[in-house]
Amino acid sequence: MSSVLYDTPGPKAKVRNWIYSGIFVVLFGLVLWWALSLMGEKGQLDADKWTPFVTDGQIWTTYLIPGLMETLKAGALAMVIALPLGAALGIGRLSDHAGVRAAVGAWVEFFRAIPVLMLMLFSNALYAPQLMDVPSDTRPFWAVVTGLVLYNSAVIAEIVRAGVLSLPKGQAEAAKAIGLRKGQTMTHVLLPQAVTAMLPALVSQLVVILKDTALGGALLGFAELLSMNRQIAANYSNTIATMFVIALIYIVVNFALTTLASWLEKRLRASKKSTGAVLGAEEVDDPVPGANTAAGA
Amino acid sequence: MFDFLDSGQYDVLGAFWVTVQLTLYSAVGSLIWGTVLAGMRVSPVPLLRGFGTAYVNLVRNTPLTLLIIGCSLGLSQTLGINLGGETFKETGFRLAVLGLVAYTGTFVCEALRSGINTVPVGQAEAARALGLSFFQVLTLIVLPQAFRAVVAPLANVLIALTKNTTVAATIGVAEAALLMKEMLENEAQAVFAVFAVFALGFVLLTLPTGLLLGWVAKRVAVKR
Repeated sequence: MSSVLYDTPGPKAKVRNWIYSGIFVVLFGLVLWWALSLMGEKGQLDADKWTPFVTDGQIWTTYLIPGLMETLKAGALAMVIALPLGAALGIGRLSDHAGVRAAVGAWVEFFRAIPVLMLMLFSNALYAPQLMDVPSDTRPFWAVVTGLVLYNSAVIAEIVRAGVLSLPKGQAEAAKAIGLRKGQTMTHVLLPQAVTAMLPALVSQLVVILKDTALGGALLGFAELLSMNRQIAANYSNTIATMFVIALIYIVVNFALTTLASWLEKRLRASKKSTGAVLGAEEVDDPVPGANTAAGA
Repeated sequence: MFDFLDSGQYDVLGAFWVTVQLTLYSAVGSLIWGTVLAGMRVSPVPLLRGFGTAYVNLVRNTPLTLLIIGCSLGLSQTLGINLGGETFKETGFRLAVLGLVAYTGTFVCEALRSGINTVPVGQAEAARALGLSFFQVLTLIVLPQAFRAVVAPLANVLIALTKNTTVAATIGVAEAALLMKEMLENEAQAVFAVFAVFALGFVLLTLPTGLLLGWVAKRVAVKR
């Protein structure tokens, strides 16, 4: 294996690499040993802390699976609402009318600048009995979905805009030349191609949304996957084991989505039918949740 | 309408100051940790590459909320690691920084890695032909150019980090989001005004960062 930075290793470099590997293994082993012995000291490695996840089906049917379902439900609903909304905002930002462009631009920039957690807290307060009186058992759910929609529709608007702008100029010119009107050009020519181009970016946005649902569990009492750690740990007093299992579930689900996104990206880039414009996951500016971006939550 | 600001009951500026401090400490930490990770991911040693890849994929797919709550419940409350913090306030702040660095480092790493790819192959080849070692090629030739290429993506990471510091509210760090939650509960008649105050605070924090670093990115970009 050779790369920009180094040649294929010769005999000497191979020995050196083995030495580095050895040093790394020893250091990593020391850290791991220290962590495990600390956990052992506090009784977190005892078998009865971990076996319930294998032997006790109730832990899954009562807590983990319902929690995961809530997470997926909120994430999917937020995506389904944010997608058309974001598309409309994205198109609005490309409008020929300066007024529309400015208004939509301000809206999008504003909601992109506010942490998604604050949008959730605000929605939750808005749905309170004094103002809108959403039933208290579904209020956290709707607050989380509203926060996610407000934030992610703004992010999706930017993806849509970038998707349309990534198309070759000739596409719109050709449509104009055969006499299509502005709306027709957008709906028949530009959007279908832009949607294909931004599919990978949209799938990876779903990961950001799923991760952000965890905020609702921590601060609004939304019964999603992460919030289950409190109930499980209260029953089995295995905080660390529970955290591990919950993290694992998130990683598996999100990793599947990430893999799907990069598979789509590769497929789209390889296919000759499209214009070749593809917006990869990396081109979405918000990696976090709020990790917005490059770093969402 | 905004009279809750004058009552002296809420220290809005103080809360935003904690947000700024969280951002700054975490930004420095993630920059260092992200650079180390990027170095690992491009290194000639397969084991280091494997560790870097595994770390980035695992941590990036974990909610930040889980990392920060994990630091608090797991590290601090269960294992008793308080990172040298004496009081509850200090401990919470340090744990939040740890969680933010662990998380944001992966995004810094990925941004840097894409920057490394913008450096022409010939540069590294020439450096190797001069007899520089991998470490020298990386630190003297490639990384300085890579950093200049990724100022704009890193600015996005920094803005995301600023917004992500609100997650520290989940473990009781007295930053902006926690104060907002408290105020929304106490000032139910002024929901919009409270939101406006905190929204403005964040726009004021993130907008100049974006503009300033966008300008810097244009200034320092390597013209090719």
